[in-house]
Amino acid sequence: MADTKNTDAFVEFERVQKSYDGENLVVKDLNLSLPKGEFLTMLGPSGSGKTTCLMMLAGFETATYGDIRLDGVSINNIPPHKRGIGMVFQNYALFPHMTVAENLSFPLEVRKMGKSEREEKVKRALGMVQMGDFGGRRPAQLSGGQQQRIALARALVFEPELVLMDEPLGALDKQLRETLQFEITKLAHDLGITVVYVTHDQTEALTMSDRVAVFDDGRIQQLAPPDQLYEAPENSFVAQFIGENNTLEGMVKEIKGGVALVQLDSGEIIEAKPINVSKAGERTRVSIRPERVEYNKERMRDGAFTLKAEVLEFIYMGDIFRTRLRVAGTDDFIIKTRNAPDQTRLTPGTQIEIGWLPEDCRALDA
Amino acid sequence: MALSALNSDSNFTNFDQADGETMSDAQTAQTASSAAAARIADAAHTGPMLAADGTPLKKSLNRALRVQKMRALALIAPLLIFVLVTFIAPIADMLFRSVENDIVSETLPRTTTMLSGWGEKGTDIPGEPVFEALYQDMFVAQEAKLHTRLGSRLNYELTGASSLFRKSGRKVQDMGEVYQDQFEDLDGFWKKGENWNSFMASDAWLAAMDGWKKANGPQPRFELRDGIAQTLPATADIYVKYADFIQNVDKANLSKKDPWALVYSSLYRDLSGENGLSSYTGPAAAELAAAATAASTFETVNYTDAFKKIDRDWHKLDIWQTIKVYSPKFTSGYFLNAIDMQKSVDGAEMRPENEQIYGLLFWRTMVMSLTITLSCILLGYPVAWILANLPARTANLLLILVLLPFWTSLLVRTSAWKVMLQQQGVINDTLVWLGIVATDDRLALINNSTGTVIAMTHILLPFMILPMYSVMQTIQPTYLRAAKSLGATNWTAFWRVYFPQSMPGIGAGSILVFILAIGYYITPAIVGGTEGTFISNRIAYHISSSLNWGLGAALGAILLAAVLLLYYAYDKIVGIDNVKLG
Repeated sequence: MADTKNTDAFVEFERVQKSYDGENLVVKDLNLSLPKGEFLTMLGPSGSGKTTCLMMLAGFETATYGDIRLDGVSINNIPPHKRGIGMVFQNYALFPHMTVAENLSFPLEVRKMGKSEREEKVKRALGMVQMGDFGGRRPAQLSGGQQQRIALARALVFEPELVLMDEPLGALDKQLRETLQFEITKLAHDLGITVVYVTHDQTEALTMSDRVAVFDDGRIQQLAPPDQLYEAPENSFVAQFIGENNTLEGMVKEIKGGVALVQLDSGEIIEAKPINVSKAGERTRVSIRPERVEYNKERMRDGAFTLKAEVLEFIYMGDIFRTRLRVAGTDDFIIKTRNAPDQTRLTPGTQIEIGWLPEDCRALDA
Repeated sequence: MALSALNSDSNFTNFDQADGETMSDAQTAQTASSAAAARIADAAHTGPMLAADGTPLKKSLNRALRVQKMRALALIAPLLIFVLVTFIAPIADMLFRSVENDIVSETLPRTTTMLSGWGEKGTDIPGEPVFEALYQDMFVAQEAKLHTRLGSRLNYELTGASSLFRKSGRKVQDMGEVYQDQFEDLDGFWKKGENWNSFMASDAWLAAMDGWKKANGPQPRFELRDGIAQTLPATADIYVKYADFIQNVDKANLSKKDPWALVYSSLYRDLSGENGLSSYTGPAAAELAAAATAASTFETVNYTDAFKKIDRDWHKLDIWQTIKVYSPKFTSGYFLNAIDMQKSVDGAEMRPENEQIYGLLFWRTMVMSLTITLSCILLGYPVAWILANLPARTANLLLILVLLPFWTSLLVRTSAWKVMLQQQGVINDTLVWLGIVATDDRLALINNSTGTVIAMTHILLPFMILPMYSVMQTIQPTYLRAAKSLGATNWTAFWRVYFPQSMPGIGAGSILVFILAIGYYITPAIVGGTEGTFISNRIAYHISSSLNWGLGAALGAILLAAVLLLYYAYDKIVGIDNVKLG
């Protein structure tokens, strides 16, 4: 990554490796740095190493090799309780035998803070998550959403500069999750804290983060702001993992003038933007987002590349129509169209012509 | 908006909860408000809720659930009946013995009645009527061989009572023979049992007995002649007893038996005292009239002197005081004995210092059980912690080691400790070999309280480890991680976060171990010597050796009450819902 060894980096991973059994690497040569105040999300399927990275940063796992620095200081040998990093766990980890206020007071007590100061801070932190009236309750008396707010308040009450969140919204229902996503982001920006957030929910990652690190197989596949990640995936894993994606497999015939000619396995030749293909003869996966495909001739833009297709299935989803097509030999080519008054609803069995702009079509690794 | 509207409405008692939910999730405010609207509808409906057919909803629900309840009851019925019959009922019966005392008033009914008029706090022994009643009671009792049982019972309270009753039982038979001889000398008529029956029994019974043989089935039950109870009250009273005894205890033919000496002395009493003979016209009226005339010249017996002749103890106050104090059907005597007190004519009083033993034993049982519980906690906690934090495979393997003692006989384990702990035993030998202890100064580890504590801690340890282990297993490691991430050191994280959550396990283990320890019997009996035995050993002694079941039951009842009291205290202080066995 270009921004390693950045001088104003607040958190830095340098060549970090982690192995549990001495045979397999769970984290492979991780380099990552983030400036103060950034909201970074580690996104990836389970087993991709993202939680391990978070645990190494928190101090619950030690790196097998490499250096982790916080504010320029190597923290490899600092025990977790001295790192001063706030942490929010997936199952909240609120101490069940303490009231909400006692839970919040705990990090202040271990820091030997005076009683009045403690009460002041606990009150402020509860107010911050709109749970001011709940100080006397036990965690078991709260709903999941309320517990997570308290967990958040507890991670923030001792004013850490870095807060780690390990799938904090995983156990909540969709509506509550969206509310809390918004609140967490707002709180993080208002307080100016640095957040490292782990999730496997791509929507969460895209809506909350300044930057997203997509993990797979112990490596960061792409580290970019959400819009770049979605619109310009750097490899086929990221393209597949983030959002919905149509893939056509083929071979590069020729690359010239920033355009790659790809011969699909079904024989058609299409134009695509070469991303990580460099020479003719390479296998490639061409990726096109479903909403960038057009079938209405009137709306088709100039220079669009067209292809024949057969409608297999039409799904009405309210705000959009989702249509499954047979294109170039694949049965699962999806297009999404907005539900507009002049939009035609395709009937299965009809033959149509679809088209897209060559720059929306990215030739990625096979 | 909906939220503030609801807040202003103070009619809702249930609002607190709804408030919490709406506060947290703005989206659910809408649902909460509609739920509240539904509740308004309910509130407007006064009176009980009705089912569709108009019956009250509660009744309807109960009816619907009754079948389920009956089915559930039927499922547990076999065990319930088994436990009731084989466990609860015997225990209740046993505990009832701790207050039951009808043996005195049943064996000496006349004496105890007569004694009610006697001032037990005075210095005089009871008068002649009491001794006469004692003669009658003792005579009947010795025929039924019940006097020795009563002697043993009273011996618990007064040493010597047992031999006094046995001796008196033998000699009381001769006491009334003076009258028997005089009646028989007067007229041969009085010798024969059938002659007695002829005027004591009803005509119907006599007819039924005529020609009766054993082969004919059960002997017709003796019936008293009409009016004879008025004519000869004392004789009729004794005769009924005599007839009943012969027919039902001896299983002999009443018409072939000659009466007890007691019957003759009763007849003498009737003839010489108040009677209705003047108007009597029934069978043997002539013989009775002749006897009545002769009776005034009969040689008499002074029962007071007669009993004194048997044993001088009958003329001492304490036997009479004991009989009087223990004459009620129920007594607190066993319980008083169980707490080193005794029942006397002046009420309850402490026993002399040198006879006090149960208070000490109860105290020792409590203290040693607490010591054992505490050592189990100290030894078991780290083990349970390791077990809970190991991977499941290793933990299961180690758990077998913990459970191993369960698979060995208790007796074998206890005997093994005997080998280990004795002065020439393995532990002392090792200590001597290591030079820690001098050869002639070997540690006394057995036949004292140390031995009991060591052996019982070992035996009860699994009962402590298992509940602690199962509770610790449920404590997620993220709690410790969370505590550390919040800045707690390892120790603070353990003490403030882990330990409080493991308390239910400690509580469950402690209750188990303590209650088991308090009633332990075999191990203290084997390794405890004299100063390491528990109250349970004393209970066992009274149940199986001294046969003072009443005292054993009283001690057991006190032990049970102590356990329940501790359980109650635990519930009040820690809370029984804080106890988890798994």
